[in-house]
Amino acid sequence: MKEIKASAITQAVARLCQEANFVLGEDVLAALKKALKTEESPLGKEVLSRLIENAGIAQKEQLPLCQDCGTAVVFLEIGQDVHIIGDLYAAVEEGVRRGYAQGYLRKSIVNKPFSARINTKDNTPPVTHVEIVPGERLKITVMPKGAGAENITKLAMLKPGDGKQGIIDLVVKTVDEGGGSSCPPLIIGLGIGGTAEKAMLLAKKALLRKVAEPNPDAETAGLEKEVLNRVNALGIGPLGFGGRTTALAVHAEVMPTHIASLPVAVNLQCHSARHKEAVL
Amino acid sequence: MPQRPPQGGSAINITSPIEPEIIEKLTAGTKVLISGVVYTARDAAHQRLIQALEKGERLPFDLKGQTLYYMGPSPAPPGRLIGAAGPTTSRRLDAYTPRLLAAGIRAMIGKGNRPPEVREAIKQHKAVYFVTIGGAGALLSMSVRKAKVIAYDDLGAEAIWQLEVKDFPAIVANDIHGGDLFEQEKAKYQRGKK
Repeated sequence: MKEIKASAITQAVARLCQEANFVLGEDVLAALKKALKTEESPLGKEVLSRLIENAGIAQKEQLPLCQDCGTAVVFLEIGQDVHIIGDLYAAVEEGVRRGYAQGYLRKSIVNKPFSARINTKDNTPPVTHVEIVPGERLKITVMPKGAGAENITKLAMLKPGDGKQGIIDLVVKTVDEGGGSSCPPLIIGLGIGGTAEKAMLLAKKALLRKVAEPNPDAETAGLEKEVLNRVNALGIGPLGFGGRTTALAVHAEVMPTHIASLPVAVNLQCHSARHKEAVL
Repeated sequence: MPQRPPQGGSAINITSPIEPEIIEKLTAGTKVLISGVVYTARDAAHQRLIQALEKGERLPFDLKGQTLYYMGPSPAPPGRLIGAAGPTTSRRLDAYTPRLLAAGIRAMIGKGNRPPEVREAIKQHKAVYFVTIGGAGALLSMSVRKAKVIAYDDLGAEAIWQLEVKDFPAIVANDIHGGDLFEQEKAKYQRGKK
């Protein structure tokens, strides 16, 4: 059994919040550079090169990549042989509080969402997802999720007969409605199967995969490819300024579902695809 | 701070507040570099401006001829005027836009497209809607030369800032002739049936 102090979790979360907001992942940067080579639209190309430039400035100046420093979505994979000394959720929340204060990150969370909408002023609470896994390590992933793309998210309980075509149509419609507002080029998270809430969680977790790394299952990888081609045929392009690069990748995760159901969740990630992880 | 010339074609320099004669010449797809004064406003600030207009209260600044930037910055780190400063999604503000145009606003900067009723109001009031680079908050902050909160400080990130910008890069998205950048460019690159 391994013991981990709550204070170590706080420290790690605080650091990851800042790193994720200042440093764009190598995989995202590589995907943007690749898109710059293939994009045909002059405005689309200009957007892509400015985004690459933005990533350089953010890292050098320790400025957030985007002023929307997001909702802090925190994924915890906790080994079943780990014992945490202290309050786990409080430790994560304190980490977010410190990270957003120390990094001069924007505090975007409001209380009373359907009425007064009062800013909590420290970007808490985070949205925390916990998974118990074998072993004795704790993996923490912090994903600052911007609202521009999150707001375009869709969940559909399709009919089993809608099948693959139903899924493709749903994604294409969702991305088309989002247009430039969701800050393309996107990474499209697709969660298929399970129940309504499970499908959405699968879609969100799919966004953590390395950009454009296909699903290990060949059929699912084929679906990812087909959806990507369809989305990129829309012509929306980087930020909606026209072009071939509306999405950089489609990441689908699939699990079994009920005989009567075909839940499909589409969770969009803007080009500022920020997440960083640490293992304690 | 670094000067960053636009790439892939020339941009025209314009000064904000923008003269009506200049607005009339702008067409969808034209690249511009904006210098001068702009005011930030997001959802909550829009609500308060509209409330003030409805009640006939004094506004925090004279709206006549001014430019709104749909933006809520991250806090300024030590030694900087402002944090990251990129645009927010314009469509959330669509419900307020015709009223603010009627009250004198003449230019807006944001990201994403606008619906027919806003485009119509833009034509009617001889205004302009620009888009800038969504998600390039660090880069765009380099164009800010002066920054101060002038109203609604209690709203935190949603307060109204008066910014002085220099060579702020943008593209005309909607003009007084009904032109629309998004429709225009999408049509060029769309393949097959939807």
